[in-house]
Amino acid sequence: MAKIIVVTSGKGGVGKTTTSAAIGTGLALRGHKTAILDFDVGLRNLDLVMGCERRVVYDFVNVINGEASLKQALIKDKRTENLFILPASQTRDKEALTVEGVGKILDELANDFDFIVCDSPAGIEKGALMALYFADEAVVVTNPEVSSVRDSDRILGILHSKSQRAEQGREPVREHLLLTRYDPQRVNIGEMLSVADVEDILAIPLLGVIPESEAVLKASNQGQPVILDGQAKAGQAYMDAVARLLGEKVEHRFLEAKKKGFFSRVMGVR
Amino acid sequence: MRLLDYFRKDTSQQSASMAKERLQIVVAHQRTSRNQPDFLPEMQREIIRVIQKYVKIEQDQVSVQLDSNDACSVLELNVTLPQ
Repeated sequence: MAKIIVVTSGKGGVGKTTTSAAIGTGLALRGHKTAILDFDVGLRNLDLVMGCERRVVYDFVNVINGEASLKQALIKDKRTENLFILPASQTRDKEALTVEGVGKILDELANDFDFIVCDSPAGIEKGALMALYFADEAVVVTNPEVSSVRDSDRILGILHSKSQRAEQGREPVREHLLLTRYDPQRVNIGEMLSVADVEDILAIPLLGVIPESEAVLKASNQGQPVILDGQAKAGQAYMDAVARLLGEKVEHRFLEAKKKGFFSRVMGVR
Repeated sequence: MRLLDYFRKDTSQQSASMAKERLQIVVAHQRTSRNQPDFLPEMQREIIRVIQKYVKIEQDQVSVQLDSNDACSVLELNVTLPQ
């Protein structure tokens, strides 16, 4: 039986798709058969970040409408074993996703996969609600910035009331905080909310902190999940987060600013 | 010691802590309305319209809150009437 993980945030542009690609790839690298599903109907992007945009033939909505089988629509990743991508439809509207349709696809995937990662669209509309409805666990992607933190709290409220687990009175969705675009130097001089501040406000367990990194843009330029960049701090931080998701105890890294040289210290250059 | 940071610190330190304070207030407010039924905002607007038929009041002079105890829910309606 597969575990369903939703990657969500409320706010757009905080790194949901980057995170879905990284965590999905990470789980597959660890030997778990994983599917990443793009729920952003009308604005598909997961295919670009994963570098499989030219291999899209059928999409999520085609499968829901019975125009293609799941097997036909799933794209097998070329770099990573055990990894599959289901792209969102680019043309339909988000009403095309229905509880019945999505439920059927997830049921079918559950027999064959260990993990299903649902990449949620921004907002709290149909697509976002469908992405989180069937979730067992939720990765709430948050930037250390006021609007992102507030929207994350909104999404947590929706997980508490609108998920299937909540509706059926089952054990609640397991929530994880993933803080992205973190800049320890700015935290040090009081310009950015710290990990502790955000944990304090949202009050959910911390899955990981991804430092602000040039490697993220570079990776998406190349259509390669950043977790495959073992040199980059962001890639390493995602790998740690995946290990924690699998229940391992891993120390948090990259929370402190790099020590500065004498010149930059005296001049205050950053 | 970061010479320039030393002077900068005072003002910039405030921005992260200001963010935290503001968020704590907003989030606390968000959470009280988390468990409220969906019809509450619409009902609140309707109640205000009814009162406005008889008394001249502003939106923010009415507060509607639903509190749930073990056995029952209490709908609390506070209206500040002008003198």
